[in-house]
Amino acid sequence: MEEMRLLAEWKYEPKKLYRGYSKEFLSVDLGREDGAFSCDVLPVSEDMIEKFTGGRGFGLKILWDKVTPRSKWDDPENALVISGGPICGITQYPGTGKTYTVFLSPLTGQTYNSNAGGYFGPFMKASGFDALSVSGKASENVVLFIDGDEGVVRLFAWEPEDRNSYTVTEALHDHFAENEEDKRNISVISSGEAAEHSWWGALNFSFYDPRRGLPRLKQAGRGGGGTVLRDKKILALVVKKRNFSGTENNPADLSVLQKVGTKLHREIRQNDDVQCLMRKIGTAHLNLVMNDYDILPVNNFKFGRHEDIMEIDPVRYGFTQGYADGCWYGCSLACAKAVDGFELLTGPCRGQKVTVDGPEYETAASLGPNVGIFDPLWTIEANFYADHYALDTISLGTGLAFVCECFELGLITEEHTNGLELNFGAKDDLLELIHRMMDGRDDFANVVSQGIRRMKTLFADKYGADREIMERIGMEGQGLEVSQYRCQESMAQWGGYFLTLKGPQHDEAWLIFMDMVNKQLPTFEDKAEALFYFPNFRLWFSLVGVCKLPWNDVEPSDNRIRYKGIEAAKVPEHVQNYLEIYEGVTGKPLSREEMILQSERVYNYERIFNLRMGKGTRQYHNIPDRALGPVFPDEWEARSEYFDGKLKEAGHDPEGLPVEEKISLLQAHRRREWEKLVDAVYERRGWTPEGIPTIETVKRLGIDYPEVLDVLERRG
Amino acid sequence: MILVNGKEIPWRKGMTIQTLLDECGYTFRMIAVWIDGTPYRNDQFEKVCIEDGADVQVLHMISGG
Repeated sequence: MEEMRLLAEWKYEPKKLYRGYSKEFLSVDLGREDGAFSCDVLPVSEDMIEKFTGGRGFGLKILWDKVTPRSKWDDPENALVISGGPICGITQYPGTGKTYTVFLSPLTGQTYNSNAGGYFGPFMKASGFDALSVSGKASENVVLFIDGDEGVVRLFAWEPEDRNSYTVTEALHDHFAENEEDKRNISVISSGEAAEHSWWGALNFSFYDPRRGLPRLKQAGRGGGGTVLRDKKILALVVKKRNFSGTENNPADLSVLQKVGTKLHREIRQNDDVQCLMRKIGTAHLNLVMNDYDILPVNNFKFGRHEDIMEIDPVRYGFTQGYADGCWYGCSLACAKAVDGFELLTGPCRGQKVTVDGPEYETAASLGPNVGIFDPLWTIEANFYADHYALDTISLGTGLAFVCECFELGLITEEHTNGLELNFGAKDDLLELIHRMMDGRDDFANVVSQGIRRMKTLFADKYGADREIMERIGMEGQGLEVSQYRCQESMAQWGGYFLTLKGPQHDEAWLIFMDMVNKQLPTFEDKAEALFYFPNFRLWFSLVGVCKLPWNDVEPSDNRIRYKGIEAAKVPEHVQNYLEIYEGVTGKPLSREEMILQSERVYNYERIFNLRMGKGTRQYHNIPDRALGPVFPDEWEARSEYFDGKLKEAGHDPEGLPVEEKISLLQAHRRREWEKLVDAVYERRGWTPEGIPTIETVKRLGIDYPEVLDVLERRG
Repeated sequence: MILVNGKEIPWRKGMTIQTLLDECGYTFRMIAVWIDGTPYRNDQFEKVCIEDGADVQVLHMISGG
C-alpha cells in the first residue's frame, strides 16, 4: 500500500455515552486548500436535543450553522454531517445501526440526507461523538482517522493509485487493524473515482465480514454525498473502536431493550418466512411483486411489467447466498445479501472473482428492467462497478434509462455518445458508459453522470435535442432521479415522490398499495393525511438511527386482524416498540403524538432550510408527465382497456379518439388533479399555498428561532 | 356480484378467498382480507367461501419502499 503521511493530529478525551448521547460532536475543517486544518470538539446543547433529537436533525442544525444562503455544494463551507441518533448502536433490537449524512447536494442545490447501515455510526458514537461534521477542502487527497480508544484524530495525506471504493476500503481495514480480528473494529466511509466527475457520487459505509474475510459496503447512495466527499479531497473517513459492547449507549433501562428486542426477534423468526422473506431473499423479492402490480419500471418507467420477469427471479439467479446476513450486530431481519465468487467480465477488474453486495430491489430494478435488461449477471456486474466507482445505483439506472429513451427517440445519436449505441437493452454499450463515467475523460459520460436535470439542459444546448420531450420523459423531481417504483396510477404516490423535501426517493412515503390497490385513500383529504402522517412517522427513523425495514417488512401475525384499515398499515405494535425503546435508551417517555411532533419539527425546519437556499417553494415541486400517465401511444396501447377506463372516469368518452388525443386529455386531467393534491397536502402540513410553513406552524412546533423567522419574513 | 375494494366482481358458487386473490392477480404475501367487516387469517383463505353480495376488502400491507 502507498505510504500515508501524517498531516495533523489532535487528542481528545472520549466522552462516555449517557442515555444515548455524548452531548458532544466533532467538527473538522480542512481549510481552504491551504493546509489550515482544524479540529474541535463542540457541545450539543439541551435545546438541540429537545428540538432536533439526533441523526438527521443534528445534521440539519449543524449544516445550517455552517453554510450561508449563497453557499453551493462545492463551496468549502458545505459540510458532510454524519450522525446516528440516540438509538443508533444498540444491539438488542433489529435495525439499529443506521447513520444519516446531511449535506448540500450537487443534484438539487439544497439539503439532502442519505442513510446507510454498516458500523460507522455506532463506532463514532462509542468514540464519543453524537455527530461528525467535515467541512473545508484539502489541497491533496486525505484520510481522516478517529481512534475512539486512544482518543486521537489523525489526518493523513494518501495518494493511492486506485481511488475506488473496494480498493480503498480494504486497504484501510488492513492498514489500521493490528491483526485479522481487529479488522472488525474498523469502519470506513469512502467514495470512488466516478464521484470525482459525477454528481451521483455515493458514500460507501463498511463493515468487516469475518466469514468472508473482507469488508462489505452499504451505500448512502443518493444525492451526491460521495461527490461532496471527493470535492473536499477526502478519500475516506475511518473510525476504530475496540471492544464495542451492547451497552455502549448506557441506556436508561437495558431490560426494556432486551424485552422488546426479544419479542421482535421471535416475531421475525416465526413470520419472515411467510411474509417478506427478508432473511432468505432480501429486498430483491420485490421484483416479481412489483411486476405483478404494474409498478416495476420498465424502459424508463414506460411500462410496469415485462414478460421476461422470471429471468430476474432472485431465487433462481442467486441474488442472495441464501442465509441471513446483517449489516449491524443484533439485526435478525438480516436482509443484507451478497453474490460471492462472481467473476467480472469487463473493466479494470476483469477476470477477478469478487463478492458483490446486493443487488437490493432498487438496484435490481434500476440496472435491469428500467434499462431494458433482464440479465442478472449484467445487473450484478453493473452493481459491482457502480459501488466500486461510487455511483448511486438508483440515479444511475434512472439516468441511463432516460439516455436510452433519448437515443431511441433520436434526440441524441452515436455522434454525441462517442460511438455508443445506447438503445434499451444495449448491455455492452451501457456497461462501457458506466466505465467511462469512472475515468472522467469522456465528455458524454461526464454530462450523463451529472443527472437528468443537467442532461436536459446540455442535450438541448449542445446537441439541439427537443427540450419539451425531455421534460415530459425525464424522471426527476427537484433535480433528483426517481427511485424504482412506477407511480402513475397512485395519486397519493405522486405526492409520496414529488411533494418531498429532497426529491423523489421513496423513504418519505410509499402509498401505492394503500391508494392504488386497497382504495383506502379516496379523497384528497385522505391522501393529504397519509402524506402528513407517513413522511413524519418515517422521518423519525432518521432522527434516532434505526432502519425502516423492521417496522413493516415483518409484522405481528395478528396485525391485520387486530387493526382495521390504515391503522393496520401503521403496524401499531411496532410503533409501541419504538416508543418503549426510545424511553429505554433516553429515559424520556414518548407518546405517539410526541413522536410525530419530533419529526414535524425537523420536517419543517428542513423545508425552511431549503427556502433559505432559494428553493423550497411550490415551483420546485415539479412532476414530469411520465409520472402522471402515458406519454407515447405504445404506453397507452400496452394497457389500452385500463387507460380507456381511466379516461371515462375523467369524464371523456374514448370511443373513436386517436391515442394521442386520449393521452393529451388524460394528462390534462391528471395535471389538474395534481394541483388539487398539492393544495390539500400543503394545507394539512400547515403551509401556505406556496408551500411555505406558516409562522403559526413554526411557533406551534417551537422552531421559531430568530434565523428561522428571518427566512420566513424575507419571503413575506 | 361481490364488491372487492369497492369494485364489482362477478361472483360464482364455491369462490374461496384464495381463488378471488388469484383471479385478481393479488400475489403479494402480506394481504389482509376482511369480508363484511370480519377479518380472515391467511390459513383460512383456501377454505372460506365468499357469499354472493359480499363486501370484500383485500388490504395489501405496506412493504417495500
